[in-house]
Amino acid sequence: MLLARLTQANGAPGQENEVRDLIRAEVQAHAHVVKTDALGNLLAIKNPDAPGPKVMIAAHMDEVALMIVGIDNGYLKFRPIGGVDPRVLVAKTVVVGSKKVPGVIGAKPIHLQRPEERERAFTIQEMVIDIGAKSKDEAEKLVSLGEIAYFTTDYEELGPDKVKAKALDDRVGCALAIRLLQEEVSFPLIAAFTVQEEVGLRGAGVAAYQVEPDIAFVLEGTTASDVPGTDDHKQATALGMGPAITVMDRAVIPNPQLVQELLALAAEKGIKVQIRRSTAGGTDAGQIQLSKAGVKVAAISVPCRYIHSPAAVMCRDDFEGAYQLVKHYLARLEERVGLS
Amino acid sequence: MKAIIEQLTQAFGPSGYEGEVTSLITDLVKDYADELRTDVLGNLIAVKHGSQDGKKIMFAAHTDEIGIVITYIDDKGFLRFSPVGGVGVASLVGHRVRFASGAIGVIYQEEETEWKALTIDKLFIDIGASSKEEAEQKVHIGEFGVFHREFADLGTRLVSKAMDDRVGCAVLVEALRRMGQPKNTVFFVFTTQEEVGLRGARTAAFGLDPDLGIALDVTLTGDMPEARRMAVSLGKGAAVKVKDSSLIAHPKVKDLLVDLCEAKGIPYQMEVLERGGTDAGAIHLTKEGVPSGTISIPTRYVHSPSEMVDLGDVQACVNLVLAVTDADLSQII
Repeated sequence: MLLARLTQANGAPGQENEVRDLIRAEVQAHAHVVKTDALGNLLAIKNPDAPGPKVMIAAHMDEVALMIVGIDNGYLKFRPIGGVDPRVLVAKTVVVGSKKVPGVIGAKPIHLQRPEERERAFTIQEMVIDIGAKSKDEAEKLVSLGEIAYFTTDYEELGPDKVKAKALDDRVGCALAIRLLQEEVSFPLIAAFTVQEEVGLRGAGVAAYQVEPDIAFVLEGTTASDVPGTDDHKQATALGMGPAITVMDRAVIPNPQLVQELLALAAEKGIKVQIRRSTAGGTDAGQIQLSKAGVKVAAISVPCRYIHSPAAVMCRDDFEGAYQLVKHYLARLEERVGLS
Repeated sequence: MKAIIEQLTQAFGPSGYEGEVTSLITDLVKDYADELRTDVLGNLIAVKHGSQDGKKIMFAAHTDEIGIVITYIDDKGFLRFSPVGGVGVASLVGHRVRFASGAIGVIYQEEETEWKALTIDKLFIDIGASSKEEAEQKVHIGEFGVFHREFADLGTRLVSKAMDDRVGCAVLVEALRRMGQPKNTVFFVFTTQEEVGLRGARTAAFGLDPDLGIALDVTLTGDMPEARRMAVSLGKGAAVKVKDSSLIAHPKVKDLLVDLCEAKGIPYQMEVLERGGTDAGAIHLTKEGVPSGTISIPTRYVHSPSEMVDLGDVQACVNLVLAVTDADLSQII
C-alpha cells in the first residue's frame, strides 16, 4: 500500500532522497515531465504546455528526525531537526545513518534520578542513542557525525478506520498528491513534492517560483487534539470529522474565495470537512502564496494525533475526504476550462 | 479630510478580508486615477502616469486592520477566538467586536484571572446568543472580526479604531485627489495582510517593479505620561523613518524626504522605531532591491480600539507625498 511505503521511507529535512526516489517511480507514468530542482524539490508536471489555469498541488517530503552531533563513550548525542517534543523520546527505537544501525534512546534510570529530576521531563541534552558500542572508536566505525536517526515505527491499521505510522506529516500529503496527479485534466497540473518544510518552509517558495501557478493546494498532515484532557475549545482538529480547511495560521491567510468554493463543493458533494480551529503552525502555503506577484492558495490537511512523534494516528475517512475534495475541485475546473 | 478618515476607519477589514475597504477606496479615487486594478492578493493599485522622464514610485498604505478569528462555538453560544495580527490581551477585555455579517460581540474573561496571567485562550466573546444553534445563525467558525469602536473628532486630534493604517490610506487618497499630472509615475498601492507579515506589499512590489518604495504607516509616540522614551510626538509633523525592525531607510531616500520637508516648509520629525515594521520592509527586498523609506503618521495607543492622530501631522504627510511625486529622483536611482 502506497501510504505504508511512503511512511516507512526515511527523509529528514535536506535528506529526502529515499522518499523522492519512491515518489519519482510512482509519478513517472502520470506526468509529462518529472524533474528535481536545485533544492531537491521533485516536480511532476502534467500538460506543461497547455493553456492555464496552472494548478499546483504541494506536499512536503521531509519529516522531523534526530541528527547525531556527538559521541560520548560509545553513546550518540543528538539534536532534533524540526519540532520534536523531548518527552516522547525516551526508550524509543531508532535506526541511525547510512549503515542503518539499530539503536535505543536512553537516559538515566528512574531509581538513580535525584528527586527534582523526577519532577520534570528529560531534556534532549540528557538523552543519548545507545547503539551497543563500547567505545567512541567502535561507535565511529558505525556512525558519523551529521548522520540522521529515524524512528522505526511500523505502519499498522488500528481498529476499523484508523492508521498508525511515523511521518504521516506529510506523507499523507505526498500520497494524496500522487493519486491526484492521475486525474484526467486538460490544464497544466503540477504535483510539487517539496523539501525542508519542517525547518522553515524552505523548498516550497523555490518550487512555486519555477512553477508560477495560478492556484495552489497545499496538502498536509495537521495536529489533532481530540485526546483526553484537552478542552473542546482548544482542539485544532478532531479525527473522523473530515479534512481540515485552514482559514488562518502563522504563515498564511488562504484566499477567502477559494476557501468558500471548497466549503460549497464539500457541501454539494456530501464530503464531511472541518475548519481548522487554531491559528498556530504554518505550512508551505505561506511561501507559495507570496511567490512572485502572488498565488491563490488553500491548505487542506488530514488531522493526525501525536504529530511530530514516533507514532501518529489518522483516520482513513479524513484522508479519503481530502482526496475526494480536491478531485472534485479539479473536475469542476476541467468543466469550466472545457466550456470556455 | 476628516470625513474620509472617518469613513475609512469605520470600514471593516481584518487581514485577508479587506474587500470593504478596497471598494470604498475605489469609490473615493476612481475619478482621479488614470488606472485602477486589483491583484491576486487583493491589493488595490491606483496608477497616475508621470511625464516621460520620471521614475516609478510605489507608495504603500495597508488596508487591513488587526482583529480576531472565531475558533470555537460552545453549547451556550459563546465564541472562542485567536488573534489576527498583534492584538494585546489588555486591549480586549470589555471591548466589543464586529463581524462581517454585522453581528456584535462583547469580549470578556473566564472568572477573575489575574491580569498578568491573562491569555487569549481565557477570553470569550458573547454575541447575545443563548445556544450554539442561535450563535451559528449569526456567525461561523473561521469568521473574522474587528474592534467595534466609533470615530471621534476631538478638534485637531482624531481618534478611532483602525487608524493603523486607514489614516495612511486617507493620506494617499487625499494626495491622489489633490495632484495634477506628476513628474514621476506613481503607484498608490492599498495593500493587504500587512498586520500578519507585510504580505500584500511583497507581491505587489514584485508585480510593479518600482524604482522607489515609500510606505505610509502609523508609528508610535513617546509623548504620553511615563511613556517609553521615543522622540516622536503628536502634532510635530510627518515622521521620517530612520529605521525599524523591518527596514533601515535608504539614506538617500531618507535625505530626500528631509530635504523636501525643508524646501517646502513641511513640519517633520525624525523617527527611530525600536520595534515594529511597515510594508517598506517587504518592498525594499523585492527582486534586486528597491531603495525605500517610510513616511509615518505619529499615533498614540497603536493596536488599541482608540488610536489617536493629529490632523496637522496628517496634512503634513499629504504634502510630503505630493512633494515626492514631483521630485527629481535622478540623484537616487
